Amino acid sequence: MTALETDLLIIGAGPAGLSAALSAAQGGAAVLLADLGPGPGGQIWRGAKASDGGESGTLLRGVQRQPNITALYGAQVALSERGPQGGHAVQFSTPQGPRRVLAQKIILASGATERFLPFPGWTLPGVVGAGGLQAMVKSGLDVRGARVLVAGSGPLLLAVAAGMRAAGAEVVGVAEQASPTRLLGFGLAAQRGGKVGEAAKLLWALRGVPYWPATYPVEASGGERLTQVELGGLTRRTLECDWLAAGFGLVPDTRLAALFGCALEGGAVKVGAWQQTSQPGIYAAGELTGIGGVDKARLEGSMAGYTATGQVERLRDLPTQLEQARHFQASLSRSFALRPSLRTLPAAGTLICRCEDVPHAALQACPSWTEAKLQTRCGMGTCQGRVCGPAAETLYGWTFTGVRPPLLPLPLADLLGE
Amino acid sequence: MPELVLTVEGQPLRVPAGISVLAALQGAAHWSLRRSLSGQRRGALCGMGTCFECRARVDGVLVRTCLIPVQPGMTVELLE
Repeated sequence: MTALETDLLIIGAGPAGLSAALSAAQGGAAVLLADLGPGPGGQIWRGAKASDGGESGTLLRGVQRQPNITALYGAQVALSERGPQGGHAVQFSTPQGPRRVLAQKIILASGATERFLPFPGWTLPGVVGAGGLQAMVKSGLDVRGARVLVAGSGPLLLAVAAGMRAAGAEVVGVAEQASPTRLLGFGLAAQRGGKVGEAAKLLWALRGVPYWPATYPVEASGGERLTQVELGGLTRRTLECDWLAAGFGLVPDTRLAALFGCALEGGAVKVGAWQQTSQPGIYAAGELTGIGGVDKARLEGSMAGYTATGQVERLRDLPTQLEQARHFQASLSRSFALRPSLRTLPAAGTLICRCEDVPHAALQACPSWTEAKLQTRCGMGTCQGRVCGPAAETLYGWTFTGVRPPLLPLPLADLLGE
Repeated sequence: MPELVLTVEGQPLRVPAGISVLAALQGAAHWSLRRSLSGQRRGALCGMGTCFECRARVDGVLVRTCLIPVQPGMTVELLE
């Protein structure tokens, strides 16, 4: 396997990774930008093009104009080790087979995944993530005329509901588990954060759509796929729908950082003032350092790109701007904290681990993740705890500790480097 | 929009270019993509490569269909 050599490897091509690539390349560094998806944009800018208007288009045009940025799409990290001349050797799995990259420095920008919470019926086809349904529609799923119920928690729900309406779906309602008081607190913080225009646009797009605070799905049912959802909490009702788009907030995707041995704190990658992780030469930027949205991700990406390439003179007022973005981050996690009653949603037989079909009752009997794995194989199936890990954290208070190489199932030939 | 043809479960399927294999399967009403260990029907959940629920064989290789764009002549077989 011949290796690609680069000064800086950036893993993740969402807002943070793209900002990092542009900042680093401005100083002349050779940058390799890798992403699991088929193109740039990450989740929030999925399918974005350089010809688009707005900040995603501007950033993509900037990245495209830099001759020293190379992109590698469809590439997921499988393994990493020390490089032969210092730095890091990272093995990617791609549809064209394994690729090896030698990099002096690395910026991790792996973003976040959605937290799914189990309730009876959540494994039926038609029950999907909130960001999940948004991603599917952006990738070509046709929802024209389909009835969509959006549920879970966080500002993402409104964006998803507006996106579904724009795609021609009938949004039957939005159920947000947070209480009206908490939502009011978030509204005020958003106002202080200068997000009034954004909010007004969303509310206008969603006029006529019912919004139920302190409400959550208690059961999904149907035959071969979803036909009906029962809501509980403040608003109790049963609704007919074709899709339930349910996401209970975002979780920093720290797997990659754990593979590189970076220290974590409070479920996120621990970084210093210049986005450096606990590992020399490895930086982290964006949602994996704490959920805070696009602005924080872009600022952290720029910061990491400049500092990883020694361009400290370009930082200017970035630290001040970042501090403001982090205030918004703190109000996000306060306002959309998950209510304890969500832990009572699974019935004894509700599956928590979808890969190994492990029910709630079997896990309730376990004192820890380690014991749960030994006794039930929870988190040991194909997804390696990516779905049940964050769920078990909420339900049982367990911290997921199962990251080991390779990060994804690999053909034996890839492992042997043939 | 330009279209292309792939083979899904032995049947030709005409789809718009640029969509994911998952969207092509969903467009043909393949909501259930595999059976779980205990035999339950399962469809896509996360849409972004995390949950592995949408895996299927594309040209003989097991992939997450949400991550793979459709290509002319592709052969898709479900695990169901």
